[in-house]
Amino acid sequence: MALLEVRDLQVSFETPDGTVEAVRGIDFSLQPGEGLAIVGESGSGKSQAMLAMLGLLAENGSASGVARYRGQDLMAMTPPQLNAHRGKDIAMIFQDPMTSLNPYLSIERQMVEVVRHHQGLGRREAQTHAVEMLRAVRIPDPEQRIKQYPHEFSGGMRQRILIAMGLLCEPAILIADEPTTALDVTVQAQIAALVREVVARSGMASILITHDLGVVAGVSDKVMVMYAGQVVEYGTTEQIYHHPQHPYTRGLIASVPRLDQVDDRQLHAIPGNPPNLLDLPQGCSFRERCGAAFEACGAAPELAAAGQGQQVRCHLERDA
Amino acid sequence: MKSAEPAALDAFEAALTLGDVKGRSPWEDAWHRLLKNRAAVISALLMGMMILVVIFGPMLSPWDLDYTDWDHTNSPPSLANGHWFGTDAVGRDILVRTLQGGRISLLVGVVATLVSLLIGVTYGAIAGYYGGVTDRIMMRLVDIIYALPFMFFVILLMVVFGRHIVLIFVAIGAVNWLDMARIVRGQTLGLKRMEYVEAARACGVENRDIIRRHIVPNLLGVVMVYVTLTIPQVILVESFLSFLGLGVQEPMSSWGALVNDGAQDMESAPWTLVFPAAMLTITLYCFNYIGDGLRDALDPKDRL
Amino acid sequence: MSANMKRRVGPGQAKPVLKVQDLAVHYQLEQGGLLRSETVPLRAVDGMSFELYRGETLGVVGESGCGKSTLARALLGLVRPRRGRVLWLGQDLTQLDEKALRKKRKEIQIIFQDPLASLNPRMTVGDIIAEPLWTFYPKIARVQVEERVRGMMKMVGLLPNQINRYPHEFSGGQCQRIGIARALVLNPQLIICDEPVSALDVSIQAQIINLLRDLQRKLRLSLLFIAHDLAVVRHISDRVMVMYLGRAMEVASADALYRRPLHPYTSALVKAVPIPDPALARQPVDTGLTGDMPSPLNPPAGCVFHTRCPYAVKRCQLEVPPLRRLEHGDWVACHRAEELDLTIVKRPSSTV
Repeated sequence: MALLEVRDLQVSFETPDGTVEAVRGIDFSLQPGEGLAIVGESGSGKSQAMLAMLGLLAENGSASGVARYRGQDLMAMTPPQLNAHRGKDIAMIFQDPMTSLNPYLSIERQMVEVVRHHQGLGRREAQTHAVEMLRAVRIPDPEQRIKQYPHEFSGGMRQRILIAMGLLCEPAILIADEPTTALDVTVQAQIAALVREVVARSGMASILITHDLGVVAGVSDKVMVMYAGQVVEYGTTEQIYHHPQHPYTRGLIASVPRLDQVDDRQLHAIPGNPPNLLDLPQGCSFRERCGAAFEACGAAPELAAAGQGQQVRCHLERDA
Repeated sequence: MKSAEPAALDAFEAALTLGDVKGRSPWEDAWHRLLKNRAAVISALLMGMMILVVIFGPMLSPWDLDYTDWDHTNSPPSLANGHWFGTDAVGRDILVRTLQGGRISLLVGVVATLVSLLIGVTYGAIAGYYGGVTDRIMMRLVDIIYALPFMFFVILLMVVFGRHIVLIFVAIGAVNWLDMARIVRGQTLGLKRMEYVEAARACGVENRDIIRRHIVPNLLGVVMVYVTLTIPQVILVESFLSFLGLGVQEPMSSWGALVNDGAQDMESAPWTLVFPAAMLTITLYCFNYIGDGLRDALDPKDRL
Repeated sequence: MSANMKRRVGPGQAKPVLKVQDLAVHYQLEQGGLLRSETVPLRAVDGMSFELYRGETLGVVGESGCGKSTLARALLGLVRPRRGRVLWLGQDLTQLDEKALRKKRKEIQIIFQDPLASLNPRMTVGDIIAEPLWTFYPKIARVQVEERVRGMMKMVGLLPNQINRYPHEFSGGQCQRIGIARALVLNPQLIICDEPVSALDVSIQAQIINLLRDLQRKLRLSLLFIAHDLAVVRHISDRVMVMYLGRAMEVASADALYRRPLHPYTSALVKAVPIPDPALARQPVDTGLTGDMPSPLNPPAGCVFHTRCPYAVKRCQLEVPPLRRLEHGDWVACHRAEELDLTIVKRPSSTV
């Protein structure tokens, strides 16, 4: 049985300008220990889908669909029921390490609180556990540093602390929303390696949300590419990198500037702008930015199998 | 646009020939959001009516402000004798007095707020934008004035200059601009670090144009909300002063003064208290709803 | 210089348009006080020298807190340097008063990191692009201003009929185009790009980089391109300067820098760039770096990088290495540059 099974997840927001359909029906499943990357531009709905699952949508948002965690539907749960799962079974790490930590509480207070709440450990045990976790994310001198406050740490260190907090209750699923975007390049490499390492060591499943296909390669087994609230391509990391089928995926890969390849000075760009969700084109949402669009694209394509488990939402690939 | 695909390029070329698209400014957006806020719209309509009534009502009324109707002293509200809101102990018409009092209360509220707006915005924007020693000296001055006990200040003014309505404006305005200056300074400190202000400086735009074009228009949202919340506060302060007998002078009246009079006859003639108190309360509620509505409308946070 | 270098312009061919000598900017951090306050110096930029040629792009790379944004602001005169000279076409900008400096702003412009934050939300696109024109040519007719603004919009790939719209009605990439149009409207000769693409989606980054390159060629602009992403910088720069804690570690041609870094810090930066290839990316990356960047309030003695350098020796703790020119023409600030071989071993790609 899949660890997480999502069926027809939809998210919409009521705004003064009309209803925004941020996520328009996505399906996926996550096996224990599997690493999934959800890739897309801003406005593709990648973060909102995850927030909806955890009941963390903004006030004007609403969601429907099914998200079964070990057979239990998260979407049907009451807030207190969900709360019992959040952090304990499914943990989420956010992009900005500064705003995710309470500046007025010491790291110790914040970590111990989580452990005691979810695991019912005593203060002593909780402290020891927290120190161990900080050591696991390679924070030097954790016994001393745990007494400090968030502003006394650098950005990279704060992101390590957040990861440690995410791991505290040994969740079955770790969701990381752009965990390295706000960090410097050298720190990004360290954090990416750290995530890879802790995920592999603990055998937990992970979902990495990002706009940069460049950072996905080393971390995930499967990649799901989203555009305008829909999945446009799904496959293993190798399939996505070596045999991308959707023109959008190809564009994303080509637009990552590479250091390791012979220099071709003109970068490939995807023309146009991210979709306006209030005013999507008829038919295929990517049509207006697609170099390969033809008459059939006036009708919306379905997500269809493209061999060896790969799925793609494009008329071209179907006909080929 | 070398990299653009042919289809996109064609679309771009085609769109070049189209007419100008009208933009929607943040103000228009806020206006549309405000119109969808029912409480704020109803409050605004009520306030509009209230203002019209207090301006024109007394002109249409058969009774004068200080006319004493000896036939109907202490009359309860009655359609028959023409005193719809009743009369007080000396036979003056409560309706006219309430409307007249509303004029004064609203006038004090609006004028004192405008005075504090003008001084506060200028002072706060200058202190915030120039910063450094200028800021420190200007804000210390604000702290010093702030530390003066307000009541003592008002009584002192009354003793020295006698009771006069202008003094009420001065007294309230003198205190209220301090808050406005602090709020505006804080906002300006944030705004001057915005990249568009830096961009303007990098383009060589002069300081006074930066304040005029980039700082003040972006302050207005917060200021407008604060203004709508200050007006009821000022009305309340005036009522308080009148209640203490430090407000407007007879035969002029204000809601506060009327409530004070009414409170004394509360048991024998409750209408003398109820009507001005109700008007005052409705006004305070309305301004607060409008202020809340404005804040929601101008705050772009809930935008997706 | 190696033959496969596609440098269009560079040192040795002309006089530089911009020459920076020993530039230092120190911020005085205030701490409390009623009318007076204690100050602690923060050495954001500490003794930098470099040159920039006409039509050249100089990339500036470094992590947050290395002083690269301060450098940009100092070149524009938005912050006053503590010492050093900024020679723009032979004239020292640091010696000019406010009024004279303002005139020079026509020639040097800036593009910011956050495209939306750099545009006043209450002004229309037309007014935003026109503001520099109003400032420098207050007497110019409105029709002419509008014509010029529309021309600029078309040039940067915006539809001129959007002239009356407001910034919030555009996407991030379009907002950045507006910022570029504003920077170009006065026909400047130098554009300082302060992380112009780091707030954008990867797919849009490429558009903006290509646009900047095309405009640069067309208008023969000099660019100072600041970024923290080496891969981006490589694609646009002729030469690259690597900064660390307010100092230049290395200045080299873009190609040489990535093939054979001269400074251990550059080598770490190059290795840290993620590779979009599953097989390669799963191999462990060792940047060689240890620890975090020290606080610029309290920089290490000697070489500022020695606390994190895998090759540091005793001398590095004692002596500040000067930025010096090596035989093949590139510059480096490292005592051990000659003995270290930091050539990047190109790993075989798994691309089929």
